[in-house]
Amino acid sequence: MAAIEDTARTIAAEYGNRPDALIEILHAVQAALGYVPEAVVPVLADALNLSRAEVHGVVTFYHDFRREPAGRHVLKMCRAEACQAMGGEALVARAEDRLGIACGSTSADGRITLEPIYCLGLCATAPSAMLDGQLVGRLTVPKLDALLKDAGA
Amino acid sequence: MTIPFFTRTQRAANPGNGKTARLFISGDAAAVAVGADGVATAIAHAAATAGRTVDITRIGSRGMLWLEPLVEVEIAGVRHGFGPIEPAEVAQLVNAGLFNADTSLLAHPRSLGPVDKIGYFARQTRLTFARCGLIDPLSQEAYRANGGYKGLERALSLAPAGTVDEVTKSGLRGRGGAGFPTGIKWKTVHDTAAEQKYIVCNADEGDSGTFADRMLMEGDPFVLIEGMTIAGLAVGASKGFIYVRSEYPHAIAVLRSAIATARKAGLLGGDVAASKRAFDLEVRTGAGAYVCGEETALLESLEGRRGVVRAKPPLPAHRGLFGKPTVINNVLSLAAVPFILAEGAKTYFDYGVGRSRGTMPIQLAGNIKRGGLFETAFGMTLGELVDDIGGGTATGRPVKAVQVGGPLGAYFPRALFDTPFDYEAFAARDGLIGHAGVVVFDDTADMAKQARFAFEFCAIESCGKCTPCRIGSTRGAETIAKVMAGEQPDTHLALVTDLCNTMKFGSLCALGGFTPYPVMSALNHFPEDFRRSKRLPQAAE
Repeated sequence: MAAIEDTARTIAAEYGNRPDALIEILHAVQAALGYVPEAVVPVLADALNLSRAEVHGVVTFYHDFRREPAGRHVLKMCRAEACQAMGGEALVARAEDRLGIACGSTSADGRITLEPIYCLGLCATAPSAMLDGQLVGRLTVPKLDALLKDAGA
Repeated sequence: MTIPFFTRTQRAANPGNGKTARLFISGDAAAVAVGADGVATAIAHAAATAGRTVDITRIGSRGMLWLEPLVEVEIAGVRHGFGPIEPAEVAQLVNAGLFNADTSLLAHPRSLGPVDKIGYFARQTRLTFARCGLIDPLSQEAYRANGGYKGLERALSLAPAGTVDEVTKSGLRGRGGAGFPTGIKWKTVHDTAAEQKYIVCNADEGDSGTFADRMLMEGDPFVLIEGMTIAGLAVGASKGFIYVRSEYPHAIAVLRSAIATARKAGLLGGDVAASKRAFDLEVRTGAGAYVCGEETALLESLEGRRGVVRAKPPLPAHRGLFGKPTVINNVLSLAAVPFILAEGAKTYFDYGVGRSRGTMPIQLAGNIKRGGLFETAFGMTLGELVDDIGGGTATGRPVKAVQVGGPLGAYFPRALFDTPFDYEAFAARDGLIGHAGVVVFDDTADMAKQARFAFEFCAIESCGKCTPCRIGSTRGAETIAKVMAGEQPDTHLALVTDLCNTMKFGSLCALGGFTPYPVMSALNHFPEDFRRSKRLPQAAE
C-alpha cells in the first residue's frame, strides 16, 4: 500500500502539485499502476490541497480512469454511429459472445477487458477497434477473431 | 520492427546499387489502423534484403482513406499513388520494380496515377489542409518552404487590432459547430483588459464521423501552432493550451514534438520571431468525456475539475480559463487563420456562399465507398458530396439516411440531398453542419434504434448539471424502447416529442439541447421505422 501512495505522491510532485494538473496526474498514476486505486485519492487530495471529494469527483467523472485493474489485454471497440453504419454492433456482439462477457467488463480469468469507446476518429475506415493501444480499422469477423486470438481468448 | 511516427526517413543499411527510390507513406492514425506501418516496414526490409537504398518519408494523410495504405512513389519528379497496398502485397510491388521507381511501375494493377490528379483530390479547394499529406509533418523547414509562417509574418506587421480585423473580414465562423464569428470572439478578448489572457484550442473532437482535427494535428501541426500564435499576439494572450482527447495519442505526440521544435526555433517562447512578445503552448490530455467538447466544460477540465458545463454569462471571452479572458476556438478555426493572414481576408471570403465563407474540411464517413476528408468551399450539396464525391455506400446498397454534424446532428433522407453545405441552409431544414462529419447509412439501418442510441449516448455523456439532459436522456431512451416494443406508440411518441422540446429549450448546453435533432429527424423523416407492424419482420434479428 505504501508503494502506491509513494508513487502517487512522486507523480504529483513531478507536476508541481498543481491542482489544475489533476487529470494529467491521474493519467500518469494510471500509466504507472494500471488503475487509480482508492488509496491514491487522499494522497492526491493532500498533495494538491484539494478535498477528497473533489479528487473522487474527478476520478469518477472521466471514463478513462479505472478504479480496478483491467485485464491483461484491453480491447476497445467503437460503438459510435460511423461504426454502427458499418456493422460494428454485430462485431461487438460477437466479441461478447466469444468472451462470454458483456461489453464493459473483464473476463473471469483476468485475461481480457472488453470496453466500448465512443469514437477513435477512424470513421472512414470503420468499424474500428484498439487492442492494447494498437489501432485496427476496417474490422471484419476474421480480423476480430485474430485479435481475440492474440489476446489469448 | 515497427517504424515509429518520428522516424521520418528510413534508409536501408546497404548503400545500394543504382538510384534511391523516394517513397511517401502516411503515418496518420487511420492509415496506421489499416496497415501503413506494416507496409513501410516491409518495404524497408525488402530494400535491405535487395541491397537497395530507399527513402521513406512518413507524411500525414492525403485524406483519401479508402486508398490507404497508399504508397506514393516519386517517378520522374511526380508523386504517383499505389493503393490500397496490404503489407502482404509489398513483395509484388517490389517485383514490379518499386526500387527502380521508373515508368514501368505504372503498369501495376494498383497504380492510381499522379496523386494530385486523382479526381477526389483534384476537385478539392485545400486551404487549411494545403500541406497535409504532402510534407513531413515534423519538418519546420518543409512547413516554411510550403508557405508556412507567412501568416505570422503578416500578423507581426499589422497591429493586433489589424489582425483581429482581418479575421473578422474573412467571415470565418467557428468550425467546431456553433458557427460563431471568430473575429467577434477575438475582438471581445482583445478589448477586455486583463494582465493574463489565454488562447484555448478545442481539440476534443468527439463527434462520430469527424476526424479532420486529428488529421490536421497529425499531418500539419505547425499550421495550428502558427494559428494559435497569431491569435495570442492579436488578443494579447501569452499562453495557449491545446486540449486533445485521450483517444488521439498519435496527435498528442506529434503536437508535443512540433511545439518543442517551434520553441527551439524561437517561434514560441518569450520572444516570438524576435517580436519581443511572448507566446507559448502546452498540450493537455482529455480523459474520455464527450461533454468536454463543450467549451465551458472543457475549461473546467483544463482547470483539473469535473467537466461540468458552466452557465453563461459570463462568456469565456470575459471570464474563461482561470477566470481570465479566453479565446476558445476549434482546431479548424485556428488552422484557417494562417491562410487568412497570408493571403488576405478577401481571398478567404471569396470562397463560399451566403454567410458561410471560406472552405470547410468535410469528412465522409460510415458506410461510404470513398470515405475521407474533402475540403471544399461552402455550397456543395449534400447529394453531390455523398453520391458524386463519396460514391454512395460501401455496401453497394441504397443510401437511407445521412447524419451530418455528429451524434447531435440530424438524420437527413435522400429527399433533402439538395441541401447546400451551409450553416443557414442546414438550420432551415432542422439540421446542423456541426464539425462537418457526414455519416452514411444504407437501407438496413433502423432509425428507431438510431433515435434510441441518440438518447442513450446523451445519458452516458451527460455532465449531470441540468435536469432536462440528465434525466430527459434516460427517460427518452426508455420511451423509445416502449415504442419499439409496440406499447402505445402514439402516446409514447407524443411524449418523446414533448420531451425533445423540453430538452431543446431547457438544457444548459448543446449536449442536451441538440440530442433532439437526431431523435426528431429520425421520427419525422422515417416514421415507418417506429411502427411495430413494420418492425415485426426484423424481430428475429
